Amino acid sequence: MTEFLQQLINGISLGSIYALIALGYTMVYGVLRFINFAHSDVFMLGAFVGYYAVRKWGIPAGGVAGGLLVLCLAMSICALIGILIERLAYRPLRGRPTLSVLITAIGVSLLLQNLGQSIFGANPKAFPRLFPEANLHLGQLSITSNQLLVIAVSLILLVALHFIVHRTKTGTAMRALSFNATASSLVGINNDRIISFTFGLGSALAGAGGILYAMNYPSIDPLMGTMPGLKAFVAAVLGGVGSLPGAALGGLLIGLIETFVAGTGWSTYRDAVAFAILILILLLRPAGLLGKSRSDKV
Amino acid sequence: MNSTHPKPGRLLHLDNVTIRFGGLTAVSSVSASLGENELTGLIGPNGAGKTTVFNMITGVYAPTEGAIHFENRPVTGLKPFAITERGIARTFQNIRLFPSLSVFDNVRVAFHLHVTQSTAHSLTRGRKFRAEEREIIDRTRALLDIFQLTRVQDEPAKSLPYGDQRRLEIVRALATRPKLLLLDEPAAGMNPAEKVELMKLIRFIREKFRLSILLVEHDMKVVMGICERIHVLEYGRKIAEGTPAEIRQHPAVVAAYLGKEVNH
Amino acid sequence: MLPRSQIVLLISLATAGFISAFSSRIDDYILDVVLGIGINIILAVSLNLINGFTGQFSLGHAGFMAVGAYAAGTLTTGPGKAWIAASGISPAVLFPFVLLAGGLAAAVVGLAVGAPSLRLKGDYLAIVTLGFGEIIKVILQNIESLGGSRGMVGIPSYTTFFWSFGAAAITIYAAWALVNSTLGCGFLAVADDEIAAEAMGLNTTRYKIIAFVTGAFFAGIAGGLYAHLKGYISPAGFDFNRSIEIVIMVILGGMGRHVGVVIAAVLLTVLSEKLRDFGDKRMIVYSALLILLMLARPQGLFTWKSARKAIAG
Repeated sequence: MTEFLQQLINGISLGSIYALIALGYTMVYGVLRFINFAHSDVFMLGAFVGYYAVRKWGIPAGGVAGGLLVLCLAMSICALIGILIERLAYRPLRGRPTLSVLITAIGVSLLLQNLGQSIFGANPKAFPRLFPEANLHLGQLSITSNQLLVIAVSLILLVALHFIVHRTKTGTAMRALSFNATASSLVGINNDRIISFTFGLGSALAGAGGILYAMNYPSIDPLMGTMPGLKAFVAAVLGGVGSLPGAALGGLLIGLIETFVAGTGWSTYRDAVAFAILILILLLRPAGLLGKSRSDKV
Repeated sequence: MNSTHPKPGRLLHLDNVTIRFGGLTAVSSVSASLGENELTGLIGPNGAGKTTVFNMITGVYAPTEGAIHFENRPVTGLKPFAITERGIARTFQNIRLFPSLSVFDNVRVAFHLHVTQSTAHSLTRGRKFRAEEREIIDRTRALLDIFQLTRVQDEPAKSLPYGDQRRLEIVRALATRPKLLLLDEPAAGMNPAEKVELMKLIRFIREKFRLSILLVEHDMKVVMGICERIHVLEYGRKIAEGTPAEIRQHPAVVAAYLGKEVNH
Repeated sequence: MLPRSQIVLLISLATAGFISAFSSRIDDYILDVVLGIGINIILAVSLNLINGFTGQFSLGHAGFMAVGAYAAGTLTTGPGKAWIAASGISPAVLFPFVLLAGGLAAAVVGLAVGAPSLRLKGDYLAIVTLGFGEIIKVILQNIESLGGSRGMVGIPSYTTFFWSFGAAAITIYAAWALVNSTLGCGFLAVADDEIAAEAMGLNTTRYKIIAFVTGAFFAGIAGGLYAHLKGYISPAGFDFNRSIEIVIMVILGGMGRHVGVVIAAVLLTVLSEKLRDFGDKRMIVYSALLILLMLARPQGLFTWKSARKAIAG
């Protein structure tokens, strides 16, 4: 039982990070209908912003204020990077076949990874301590403060996102755009600006995800985004691409499944499990758990 | 009015066909029959379910209820390619050619149903394979010739002017050697002169290739001008069937078109 | 009288054999690069059949290459080694059968992967094939008898100029022949408009699977050649980046173009050899190239307007 609870907490903590990344995939898919491959590398950049902020830019970390400052910094810089990527690489391709955009996204992803290896160096780096740390012991249960922090921050961000999407004018425009791009531009929504905003928002969440991930797995390298990114993508598909609650749910599920698989004798297959889930879900229920199905009009 | 058994000798028979999308009933128990070498029209106001009926006949959608028979054999729920194999070919409301293929290949590919050699033969390329390929190339040329498309045969289909694209789509459908040809709003986007040409073309095709044609069309002049029988849909139900003269006078039809003169 | 395409194939094979006879005079390093070119041509041309001609974007080609490499490697290095020695038949004679076995193994896996996933389109298909590629890698890493993540060592170097370029010539011929026929037009039709293709009576699923399985088969052949060229294979060598390299060749050459893709395979192999000393700079160049290409010339570098002429022979 203790074992189970322990895995449950580990899984929720990992899953909430996946959820944060998955939201970015889902939002971008909602407005532009393509998989932003580079999203996972924005996540990686988030972690590196945290690293550089503490090690090079001299932001004092280890306290709550410093930690929060680093988190906000990572989110803002990633938001800018996300907006920039969309502006430079994707916007010129608006209206072109999905495949061209997909290939470009793969290109951007590879470019970020390899620029990262060239600038940051390929060797893993030790991520600094951002927040005060403590270990809580409940019976045999061991919970780190970082795990709790991850869950708390993710929850706050999820609520904030829900507020932005459902209670603000920009959020309403976002939903209108993902519902019907032509109609939204007809009612006076500036689609380009909303798309920029969506990329910014999604990338900020990815940046936060990068920081939180690095806090729990404090060894970072330029290729660290690939696996969590792919798993978060699977989470988005599992929840139903385009659905925000779906992405959050999918993230949690993938985190839990992965943690429990890793806890059994199949741990070497933990990375393959996410793909197996992806393949199954796409074949059995392509719309995902909470998504709506679409079909081609003839 | 609704017979439950296909009448012998009828080419196509729709028997109480119904389709629902979620809660919406798009087409509700429609029955209709088509004979050999008949030119039939399917008309109705916007959203009456004409294209949906088309899509059920051609296998794009499977009807929720009811059955469709072709040459007295059920074709309900078959995949589109299997239905084309049986001898029903179609065109699309918004032209769907193979845009990057040449005009020639657009037609040539449609001959594939009558190829006896297998895919493996295209690797070995034996004598028989080459003879058959030459024969198909000749037949494609001949077909393009009939419809005056030889001139542009090496152009990619997407570079053709609109009228030629419509014609090419019909030619491509003919290359599958159908017994029934379904035309989905062929007159859309044409000017009056082009419409007259189209009517001539449709009559010509029927005579030359000895086939039945089912026409979904908005333009009353075209439908009234060439069809022998007309079926009228409104809100997914069939409200009338008859000759053009009968339809023109039919009170339900006149009401459906709400004061619009049917024969304008 | 043979059709012209087959005469060209025979001449190519003869030329490859001729050059092969003198290959001992070529510098070892250069020969290694040149043989790599032949292998990359096979990979690019076979992927072009799937991604280019049939329009089904696959990102898992390296996975099929891995299956071929491991299957062929097992035959000459693993349990098959003793059997070959006992049979007394010269290994060089057996090598084409070893390659064939690798190709068939990859084709079987290709069928298992393709049959379910080809129902998906566009970016979903891309990501599922990527997933399958990674799963193949993870499975290979977990099979201890194949060396696990350490890989397989001591594979004999059977790959000669003749085998590398002979197989490349056969691959090019097969891809060309498959597409140049009435049935072959169907591949391009599926790529252009699936709904219209179905309406013309084309069984689109069947076409996609034929393209996918044939592509996987030749990727498996390339894998066998690669294993017997390098003498060492490991699952990590067949990762996502390897798949991407092949995809870039196809895109650079122009999807659905025969000549362009071959040129691109040659150029990129040479280029990456030149850039080898620069390590990660190589991939920076590659990825920037990919982005610029999509922005400026999505139809590929080596495409020119050409009407496909109908050929019977």
